[in-house]
Amino acid sequence: MPKLMEVVKNDNLFTSGHRACAGCPAPIILRQALMVAGPNTVVSINTGCMEVVSTIDPFTSWNVPYIHEAFENSAAAISGVESCYEAFKKKGKIKKDMNFIAIGGDGGTYDIGIQALSGAIERGHRFLYICYDNEAYMNTGIQRSSATPYGSHTTTSPAGSVIPGKKQKRKDLTEIIVAHNIPYAAQASPAYRNDFMKKVEKALACGGPSFINIISPCPLGWRFNPDESIEIARLAVQTKFWPIYEAENGKYKITHKPREEVDIEEFLKVQGRFAHLFKPENRHIIDEIRKDIKYKWDRLERLERLYSD
Amino acid sequence: MRMKALTGNEAMAEAMRQINPDVVAAYPITPATEIVQLFSSFVADGRVDTEFVAVESEHSALSACIGASSAGGRVMTSTSSQGLALMHEMLYIAAALRLPIVICETNRSLSAPINIHCDHSDTMGSRESGWMHIFAEESQEAYDSIFQAIKIAERAYLPMIVSIDGFIISHCMQRIDMLEDKEVQDFIGEYKPHHSLLLTDKPYTIGPLSLQDYFFEHKRQEIEAMMQVAPIIEEVGKEFGEKFSRHYGLFEEYKLDDADNVIIAAGSAAGTAKVAVDEARDKGMKAGLLRIRVMRPFPYREIQKTLKNKKIISVLDRSDSMSTMGGPLFIEIRAALYDTETHPPICDYIYGLGGREMDVENILSVFEKGEIYKKKGVEKKLAFIGVRE
Repeated sequence: MPKLMEVVKNDNLFTSGHRACAGCPAPIILRQALMVAGPNTVVSINTGCMEVVSTIDPFTSWNVPYIHEAFENSAAAISGVESCYEAFKKKGKIKKDMNFIAIGGDGGTYDIGIQALSGAIERGHRFLYICYDNEAYMNTGIQRSSATPYGSHTTTSPAGSVIPGKKQKRKDLTEIIVAHNIPYAAQASPAYRNDFMKKVEKALACGGPSFINIISPCPLGWRFNPDESIEIARLAVQTKFWPIYEAENGKYKITHKPREEVDIEEFLKVQGRFAHLFKPENRHIIDEIRKDIKYKWDRLERLERLYSD
Repeated sequence: MRMKALTGNEAMAEAMRQINPDVVAAYPITPATEIVQLFSSFVADGRVDTEFVAVESEHSALSACIGASSAGGRVMTSTSSQGLALMHEMLYIAAALRLPIVICETNRSLSAPINIHCDHSDTMGSRESGWMHIFAEESQEAYDSIFQAIKIAERAYLPMIVSIDGFIISHCMQRIDMLEDKEVQDFIGEYKPHHSLLLTDKPYTIGPLSLQDYFFEHKRQEIEAMMQVAPIIEEVGKEFGEKFSRHYGLFEEYKLDDADNVIIAAGSAAGTAKVAVDEARDKGMKAGLLRIRVMRPFPYREIQKTLKNKKIISVLDRSDSMSTMGGPLFIEIRAALYDTETHPPICDYIYGLGGREMDVENILSVFEKGEIYKKKGVEKKLAFIGVRE
């Protein structure tokens, strides 16, 4: 964990005055990431919630150099910035060390931007990609993405009288990224601040491409009270719905293991998007979710053991 | 100066080598693949200092170029056809962010059906994206124009496409008078950008959300920049001519002064048309050619002046606009002539789609038709050359 007394000095790199919804944890995530990265950082961002709320012309919340190009290409954009930095460094035009961070929501990362992300990390650019995963297209009004969990209600996978929410299971993007054999990939939760900031520090220090997928509960889309975001982000980890772990040079480590078993219903029942699952005819979906969580957790533990020596 | 036998692609790649950009992000596509391949070998052999980014798509190619250009680098790429179409979204963004990126393009038709040969539908489809665009007739002009493009783009803060006809020019061997590397560097000078993403003590937000209250002003400035760019293109062309004795303007006139029967063309067909002009003159026609070099900005004032007293104007379009009003060149030239008092008769010929051959006889038949139209008036506003009916 980076020294708190040091990183708090960087508290003004993503400033207040942005227009994120009450209770949105994504600005907290960005602020904490920049606290660790410091002022010598360039940020590129996909179109999405955090882009829209942070830079309403002529205002900006960013006290670091920032570029937004389009919805799907923050990884490609930062690869260009980093390449220019490398060119300037080779020519002696620039001397300071710099960090490069690309940011996207799950829409810009799991779906429309996965190609640009895959390409940029395969090419080995030195940058950290942070996906704030709120599990649907929240910026356009809660449409399903490939990160939307099984059974969830969204406006394009509505819980109707025939179809009970999203029929497909979510894509495991973090594992797809790990399969690129990059130096560092992790999952995180804003409820575990120290864990997240330590992961940002490791990611930026790894010398190559790195990736952090951080869950970002959305009060509006998930339908809970704005003061519950961090609690829900904690429940996601405690119920093993969102395991927080890292793969450092392929070596797996679960960075927080819940001490007690907390059933997935504790996570589902506090969110309106899952309310329909508690009808008797839909309870089989909860059983399926429970089964998938166990499978994924067991697999992660086995992977961790595989690399524990 | 030294002479070399080079294909159009080789000439463009050599120009890129001599420019020695900070970053090139590119994706191979027929018939421009060779440009990317050759440039990769320049990187591999240490003949350039460029960071070469071998991206996974043209969309990412231009996205990375925009990132690199925003970081303050001199940035180039190369593409064609579907590649330019895939870049389409990013073309507008590069132009609106006022980034002087240069694309070496080879003109190729757009699918479907898929086809790898030349027409102008790719760059014509991008003509409203805010990029300046030069149609080079042949490789020497392409080579020379790329240096000018760097200088023009960096002065105007607008991006520029220099294109050659796919295969017809890109794969055709030609004698090229090359400049010395030092001459190129002296001509283009050092790029000193307004701002850079790497200046962390002056953090800069690029690409904010701009709504009803500010978007219009941004666009207005971009439009204004394009309005002011024609004199820059002329100045840089003049400077190039003074230094290297090859002169370039907004368009080229071939035996146009006394001509009354005029053809307008862009790209390699203009070379063929010059031969046709000579043959038509041998047959007693007062034939002439106006070759469009700069397509964006469109030099409408100068075209008005040049064409206002012509008796018949036949436009050759290597793409269609799908507006049912004819090809894009025709529509723009016709619009330019609206403000003349003479309103010279004008007609359009669509030719050469998907690489269909266009020969001297084809163009002679256009001049012959022009002689008839001169007397009887235009009978057919839009015709097709060389297609099975």
